[in-house]
Amino acid sequence: MSQIHAHQVLVVYTDDEPGVLTRVASLIRRRGFNIHSLTVGPTERAGVSRMTIVVDSEPARVRQAVEHLRKLVNVLEVEQLGEVPSVLRDLVLVRVATAPEVRAEVLQLAQVFRAAVVDIADDSLVIECTGSLAKIDALVDSMRPYGILEMGRTGAVAMARGSRALKPARRAVPLRTGTSPEAMSV
Amino acid sequence: MSEASTCTGAQLIWESLLREGVDTVFGYPGGAILPAYDAMVSYPIRHILVRHEQSACHMADGYARASGRVGVVVATSGPGATNLVTGLATAMLDSTPLVAITGQVGSALLGTDAFQEVDITGITIPVTKHNYLVTRAEDIVPAIREAFAVARSGRPGPVLVDITKDAQQSRSALDWEAAAPKRHQRHLPAALDPEALAQALDLIRSAKRPIILAGHGIQLAGARAEVLSLAERADIPFALTLLGLGAVPATHPLSLGMMGMHGEAWVNRAIQEADLLLALGMRFDDRVTGKLKEYAPHAKKIHIDIDASELNKNVPVDVAIAADLGDTLRALLPQVPVADRSAWLDTIREWRGDSAVRDIKNMPDDGHLYAAHVMHDLWRLTKGEAVVVTDVGQHQMWEAQYYKHDGARSLITSGGAGTMGFALPAAIGAKVARPEAEVWVVAGDGGFQMTFAELMTAVQEQVKVNIAIINNGYLGMVRQWQAMFYEGRYAATPILSPDFVKLAEAFGVHGQRVECRGDLASAVAQARAEEGTALIEFKVEQEDSVYPMVPAGAALHEMIRRPNALAETGSDPH
Repeated sequence: MSQIHAHQVLVVYTDDEPGVLTRVASLIRRRGFNIHSLTVGPTERAGVSRMTIVVDSEPARVRQAVEHLRKLVNVLEVEQLGEVPSVLRDLVLVRVATAPEVRAEVLQLAQVFRAAVVDIADDSLVIECTGSLAKIDALVDSMRPYGILEMGRTGAVAMARGSRALKPARRAVPLRTGTSPEAMSV
Repeated sequence: MSEASTCTGAQLIWESLLREGVDTVFGYPGGAILPAYDAMVSYPIRHILVRHEQSACHMADGYARASGRVGVVVATSGPGATNLVTGLATAMLDSTPLVAITGQVGSALLGTDAFQEVDITGITIPVTKHNYLVTRAEDIVPAIREAFAVARSGRPGPVLVDITKDAQQSRSALDWEAAAPKRHQRHLPAALDPEALAQALDLIRSAKRPIILAGHGIQLAGARAEVLSLAERADIPFALTLLGLGAVPATHPLSLGMMGMHGEAWVNRAIQEADLLLALGMRFDDRVTGKLKEYAPHAKKIHIDIDASELNKNVPVDVAIAADLGDTLRALLPQVPVADRSAWLDTIREWRGDSAVRDIKNMPDDGHLYAAHVMHDLWRLTKGEAVVVTDVGQHQMWEAQYYKHDGARSLITSGGAGTMGFALPAAIGAKVARPEAEVWVVAGDGGFQMTFAELMTAVQEQVKVNIAIINNGYLGMVRQWQAMFYEGRYAATPILSPDFVKLAEAFGVHGQRVECRGDLASAVAQARAEEGTALIEFKVEQEDSVYPMVPAGAALHEMIRRPNALAETGSDPH
């Protein structure tokens, strides 16, 4: 996988309930991070959502954000990829202007990127491509001279490599502070 | 009521609060919370009717800080709920466990801009640990149980539960056991890391000039005894944050007093010269570190805090332990060697220099009334045993400097948020929580005018607090900054006050005015003797400033010292 400059990737497992996206996004904004992309979707476990968040920041600051995210009640676990080997994929749909004289050229380029042509019109093609952020950037750059009419990217979805799954929840610790006056910590 | 029968949502609210051990709530009724109020009268829970919802939050905050229990606030939808925001932020920044219950418009009206509808869960996301929008009666008990668990666990804080009117009116069975909370345990710290403990021990063993930085977390963790054992065993002096005052006793021989912006100069110097900082339940706020680049440059740093996000946030440390402070110290203590660090303690004593001579208790009465005198005399007259609740500004710093807090939970003040208007309502809450305690409000003329309507709450609820207004005719701390950093342009800081004695009388409260130090003791005695709430207005020097002071952005050792005429707090406080 290619390295992304200054991009840090977080994978956040959350409860699948209303308002969780707002809480996560609000926290990241409040702590001064710029979200490059954020994807969210269901996981293999019912009731658990998975977010992949790409932010532009220093790894140390992002570690701080991880600790803040871990304090959200709706967050089950946070992984900071980049600290472990991982795969990261982005998907793009791009509509490229293709006058008859350049159409073959564009199709050839698409092939180089192992991109698929998913729609053909008289004067344009829609190309679909999946890959690392860098690969998608390169594809988009190569199409730019022909004229990009429309583009949509999903944002990154990432996963650590190797045989590992979501860490178990942390060890539960019983409540210390009680409500009775005897439990007053004086 | 038997567990099997059904209850209305409104009843479920009170059933839940009772089971959580709540005996008092602070609130204000309104349309969307009316079903809950209607049900309330059947339950043995005291309701304190406030004059503004912000004050309800501060009262619950004061109640919680004075007692260690969870404070509870009830308010209606719309403006009732938005008025809580400042109080929630105050509790959030100072880690107060608090549960706020708000009414919400009926669920069919949500999102339609109905009368008194605001998105209070959206608004309060950044100022609560968590919040809930409850639209069904069956969700009320699980939400409230989890709210209490979240408010108390880990680093405590406020939680808001917004309950629609139809959820309060419809019925559901009460199944307490099925509603047991679990999610609050997701983020509690893992077991202690033996490697980190070993590193901490090594640093403590080899340190020649160590200092304990004692914070609010000591109080929240109930770790007073453990911190004192560590200090005494290893002969390590301790400096305190503002919220740490009282967490360990001020009159302890190893106590240095407050650190930071208005800490004493030798305390800050000791931090700057230290070779080891043991930061216990504190968070290196900018008001205690000064310029971060030059903060404690020679010191190794050990930071123990229950909140992992505070570690390495402002100050990079050598050993970071995210854990309960009491647990950590109990694990460490048996291995901490007994030590004698008298050379280091003597050095610090030397840095105190002439401060002892200039100590306030040696200062003659020159006919002027200084706020410092008021604080010192108040400390002496109450034998240091009062619970003092301060507002925000100069008087807050003078109180912190001159009132020596020995007892746990004996100083209640808005540290992180710096919320003016906090003192009077928080003091009422503190007195309700601890009726046996003598509670004093210390407030400025500015802050007192923000929430003095709560005098009527004190009267109606027969809550006795004693009030000291330090009146200098200015928003004094801002005036001080204008004098020091804005060439004396007093923009919008001169402030008029009503005749506070007449104001007190209008509320049915005993009022007195003190203009010279000679009249202070008898006025305090009179106020203490009054059966109900009593107010004293102290007319103090108008343009007095708080010294010493680290200007914002300066390094900790670059302090503006007291002019020679002013008293220090240097001597042994006994």
